[in-house]
Amino acid sequence: MKKLILSLLASLSLLGPVFASSEGIAWDSFPKERVTDMAALQNGAKLFVNYCLNCHAAAYMRYNRLRDLGLTEQQIKDNLVFTGAKVGELMKNSLDPKDAKDWFGGVPPDLTLVARSRADGAKGSGADYVYTYLRSYYRDDSKASGWNNMAFPNVAMPNVLWQLQGQQRAVFAEEKNPHDESKTEHVFKGFEPITQGTLNQADYNIAVADLVAFMQWMSEPVQTERVRLGVWVLIFLGIFTVIAWRLNAAFWKDIK
Amino acid sequence: MAEFKQAPAGASVTQQATVWLENRFPTAFEAYKVHMSEYYAPKNFNFWYFFGSLAMLVLVIQIVTGIFLVMHYKPDAALAFASVEYIMRDVPWGWLVRYMHSTGASAFFIVVYLHMFRGMIYGSYKKPRELVWIFGCAIFLCLMAEAFMGYLLPWGQMSYWGAQVIINLFAAIPFVGPDLSLLIRGDYVVGDATLNRFFSFHVIAVPLVLLGLVVAHLLALHDVGSNNPDGVEIKAKKDAKGVPLDGIPFHPYYTVHDLMGVAVFLVIFSAVLFLAPEGGGYLLEYNNFIPADPLKTPSHIAPVWYFTPYYSMLRAVTDDMVSVFVGIVAIAGVLAFLKGGFKGLWKWAPLVVAIVLGFLLKAFDAKFWGVVVMGVAVLVLFPLPWLDRSPVKSIRYRPGWNKWLYGIFVVNFAVLGYLGIKPPSVMGTLVSQAGTLFYFGFFLLMPWWSRIGEFKRVPDRVNFSAH
Repeated sequence: MKKLILSLLASLSLLGPVFASSEGIAWDSFPKERVTDMAALQNGAKLFVNYCLNCHAAAYMRYNRLRDLGLTEQQIKDNLVFTGAKVGELMKNSLDPKDAKDWFGGVPPDLTLVARSRADGAKGSGADYVYTYLRSYYRDDSKASGWNNMAFPNVAMPNVLWQLQGQQRAVFAEEKNPHDESKTEHVFKGFEPITQGTLNQADYNIAVADLVAFMQWMSEPVQTERVRLGVWVLIFLGIFTVIAWRLNAAFWKDIK
Repeated sequence: MAEFKQAPAGASVTQQATVWLENRFPTAFEAYKVHMSEYYAPKNFNFWYFFGSLAMLVLVIQIVTGIFLVMHYKPDAALAFASVEYIMRDVPWGWLVRYMHSTGASAFFIVVYLHMFRGMIYGSYKKPRELVWIFGCAIFLCLMAEAFMGYLLPWGQMSYWGAQVIINLFAAIPFVGPDLSLLIRGDYVVGDATLNRFFSFHVIAVPLVLLGLVVAHLLALHDVGSNNPDGVEIKAKKDAKGVPLDGIPFHPYYTVHDLMGVAVFLVIFSAVLFLAPEGGGYLLEYNNFIPADPLKTPSHIAPVWYFTPYYSMLRAVTDDMVSVFVGIVAIAGVLAFLKGGFKGLWKWAPLVVAIVLGFLLKAFDAKFWGVVVMGVAVLVLFPLPWLDRSPVKSIRYRPGWNKWLYGIFVVNFAVLGYLGIKPPSVMGTLVSQAGTLFYFGFFLLMPWWSRIGEFKRVPDRVNFSAH
């Protein structure tokens, strides 16, 4: 019997990960601690409104929610609202969907929830994905935009952060297939810089981490508060459980 | 009508108020006695008996949080997704209410699955509790409808495509299928009309039926009395006052007892709700954070975990599997012909039925039979009181190998659930086909296997050691 159960479990492990992995390289892990770092989140917000919000919207998010990041309404209005929107309005963009279709072949997706929706049980969190994606652009002359991406092959969006990052190319090697010697495979070997950006690689990684931290926070602004509150709720319920247990014992003393 | 009572001289205000109420609404006082203070439940309940009251608790959580969600939710294809995010961001404590409702949906199924399994291992469905079981199965059906329609409402990609896939299944039914699926959708594709009717069913129609069935489930239970882990009828041994010797008043003993179960449940429920409300993509699927897009089919569409065992069985029915069914029907027909003990012309009935059924199996598409298998997988629970022919109720007094059988049943159900989440694969299909055969074999062969083996003697009184 145990053998049967074991063999069933073994057969399950052969079936692979629960979620179908999408194409693209494995994801780097996003430095999670930045989501609770106010300076990082503020920097991320600045990068987001400057580089992303022109084409993408964050239409479920209100500007004045950024007060949670330690900013005043006046600071938000002065530094982060470029569209003439009121500070209580949603973070919409002014890109005409028709133009978007002409320029990119589609409307750029809303980014409010991208750090949640892009998660993949087999590959990592949504933040891991965005963190990898924004660092995986490379020059590819065969594409209309001149750019391609290792995390999102044939992506329509060009590298909008290239002035910060500089340009890089992807290095591929032809290697023999380990299972079939007669075939060769196109294997990705890493990136190689072509031109220098305004940031060096380490600073660029930090900037992207800040941007992703902001997007992670934006996907669920209450996330830190939720966990903080949850700990108190669990402490309360722990005490309640002990009381309920003793109360039960006190009543059941009579039952023989 | 009951006697009009008089409060004794010098009675306190509370006593007077009680008498005043009792004279005008004796039913409430009677109900309190019948269902609480003088409802005698066996004293030997173990942890399995928490899940009934927990199901009730989750039902209340779902109804109360649902009421608050409806205050802000917009059942409109253009607004639904944004209104859920509005609840998550702009409504004070909206996120908590929404997570309670989404976590509650999964908790409901966990609790109900455990509650049903309790009924199975202790034979709680057996005489005289057949109707309690049947009302319970009807509640389970309602719950599935409720969960399926509720899942469309956030109007994310999985909501949309999940509904699309499941409604399309109905189209596989011969003759009426296409019209039926059109009737369910209210349109040629899942759209605003579908969202509105699902909303209506989810918040009004199904909950009404569900509540009615819960009342029937409880009334029927309190009429016949609760079963217990020993499967002993406590009403068989009563004291001079007619109180079962092994029975104790539900209130206060089981109210404080269930309070303990509630506390432990809430610890687990809150841990998920506050620390991991997405449940690793199982409770809230990642794709559902993308608004529904009728033009973009996700690469992999899977129902939420609580439906996946049945979804697995649906997918297991391929053309090969239908051939296996034909073989099984043929064997069953011949066996019934030879050993069925039917008289006269009736002797031929099993063969005729088998031939007709075999012909139908081959005549219709395997997809249709997949839908049938999925439906029957739930419906097969209803006749359980008559499928089980064991002379004893509780697994404690059944042959030892029964425990293994029920254990494999659980593992099999979990494996089917796991495979239903995954994209189809050759190996996965084979395993789920074996699992489907086991699942149905377990129930349909029960009239035979439940009689086999050495049964232990059931004691006269329940086993109980004082705490």
